[in-house]
Amino acid sequence: MDITFLLQLIINGLVVGSIYALVATGFVIIYKASSALNLAQGEFLMVGAYICLNLLSKYNLPFWQAILITFAFSAILGILIERLILRPLIGSHLISVIMVTLGLSSILKALVQLAYGTDTIPFPEVFPSAPVQIGPIPVSQGYLYAIGCVTILVTVLTMFFKYSKTGVAMRATASSQQVALTMGISVKKMFAISWAISAIVSAVGGILLGTIRGGIDMSLSFMGLKVLPVVILGGLDSILGAIVGGVIIGVLENLSGGYVDPLVGGGAKEVAPYIALILILMFKPYGLFGKKKIERV
Amino acid sequence: MLTISNAEVIYNRVILVLKGLSLHVPEGKIVALLGANGAGKSTTLKAISGLLKSEEGEVSAGSIDFMGERINNLDPEDIVRKGIFQVMEGRRVFEDLTIDENLTVGGHTRKDSAGFKRDKELVYDYFPRLRERRNQLSGFLSGGEQQMLAIGRALMARPRLMLLDEPSLGIAPLLVQEIFQLIKKINTEEKTTILLVEQNANIAFSICDYAYIMEGGRVAMSGTTEQMKSNNDVKEFYLGMGEGKEKKSYRELKSYKRRKRWL
Ligand SMILES: Nc1ncnc2c1ncn2[C@@H]1O[C@H](COP(=O)(O)OP(=O)(O)OP(=O)(O)O)[C@@H](O)[C@H]1O
Ligand SMILES: [Mg+2]
Repeated sequence: MDITFLLQLIINGLVVGSIYALVATGFVIIYKASSALNLAQGEFLMVGAYICLNLLSKYNLPFWQAILITFAFSAILGILIERLILRPLIGSHLISVIMVTLGLSSILKALVQLAYGTDTIPFPEVFPSAPVQIGPIPVSQGYLYAIGCVTILVTVLTMFFKYSKTGVAMRATASSQQVALTMGISVKKMFAISWAISAIVSAVGGILLGTIRGGIDMSLSFMGLKVLPVVILGGLDSILGAIVGGVIIGVLENLSGGYVDPLVGGGAKEVAPYIALILILMFKPYGLFGKKKIERV
Repeated sequence: MLTISNAEVIYNRVILVLKGLSLHVPEGKIVALLGANGAGKSTTLKAISGLLKSEEGEVSAGSIDFMGERINNLDPEDIVRKGIFQVMEGRRVFEDLTIDENLTVGGHTRKDSAGFKRDKELVYDYFPRLRERRNQLSGFLSGGEQQMLAIGRALMARPRLMLLDEPSLGIAPLLVQEIFQLIKKINTEEKTTILLVEQNANIAFSICDYAYIMEGGRVAMSGTTEQMKSNNDVKEFYLGMGEGKEKKSYRELKSYKRRKRWL
């Protein structure tokens, strides 16, 4: 067996998986705070990537400025969507929320298509592209930067939820909105913050994908389709689960794409995550890290 | 400090629960609000704290004044900022948060970080059992310890008026004694005014200065603790059956299917 091929597949899997992990983290943050399932998460990623691209190539802004403006834009987009579309739905069936976010995803896709067309647009090179040699295999520097960025972002988020006053208040709101109200927490504000963070996190995923691929098109939004297997695998309400789930699915996809697809003539890459999903759910119905209620007897 | 006059509360625009309730809580005192299941005690507290909105209820008539200011139907966050803090029935700690994080959330509206730190230590001094377990998930505490946490969490906000809803509910008698002594201590040492809802009249009389008895959404009787304790009706109806624990088990079941709709 060719060890270099295996390593290459694993590294590709880690990179894609870390982006799945980001999108899934955004999804989990919203679900935890407001119990809404946001099926437009992939579109947040796509919109973020297009905005950043626009700032970089049209206005020739330096990378850092472009990123900060993209974050601000994403945050506002998230807050507006929560305020105008999701909040009026509080208290209605989960199915209505799902339908609305599905509709939202189509609208965002249509808007992006209208503005930028369907062709692949080259993404400026942000990270140096010369590959570095890790052991026997050459690895693109962009991959390493991507994994580094995801690691930093996830660490910052974890610290935020663990140590900051707002982060702890958001977790309290997720635990019980009514009790959070009695603490003087503005539940509306917590919802808004969770949508803003979620949109920003997804935008980071979009920017990283753009730089890795060297170009972006509408297919970026497909990343959103992977969110469901990832979060169901990891547990709907666990950020750690979203990360582990994202990485597992990313690696699994690439391995089955590399080894099984040639045997069966394709398709294994797409199906593998779902097979893993079914297997895991048979043993852990709340996902790998999902919360089981504390039961007292 | 707090004056409610002729307040009416309606749930879902049809169910009239408070039917002209009036009561007064003087600064620095402990006032008890007693009454049977369904009398409207919790509803009264929720009317004060603004939590009614989250259950599709509203104060439809009358007034609630705190420190000379009308607070009818304000948002709960504004009411907390004005210095009123409610400890809900059934403890309601944030089970997925540690004890220390629960206290942090209690002080959410605080701006002074020095005072915040000092008060956390103060709470741990009041409830040493909590200090030992500060980094454990609060869901694993016993019922009595959760009640201590709920009261400590309220203390973190430094409220002027604390609303306590049945702190004795489902807690072993010995621990109830301890908790009530601590409530008294908080009242004297921290100068926190307390409005205490109870079904257990005996225990309430052990610490309160003044008591109201509610029936069917109105005040049926009121007086100083001495007056109430020597009143024959009170003796017969409330002190005699103060230990009615069988009734309690039924009430644990009650829960209203309500649409979450408070934004
Ligand atoms: N959210 C609600 N919607 C409709 N009716 C309600 C609601 N909350 C309470 N009620 C009704 O209001 C009445 C008073 O309820 P409340 O909870 O205030 O009583 P309580 O005195 O606190 O009783 P307990 O001792 O059982 O806690 C009850 O008849 C109850 O059915
Ligand atoms: Mg009650």
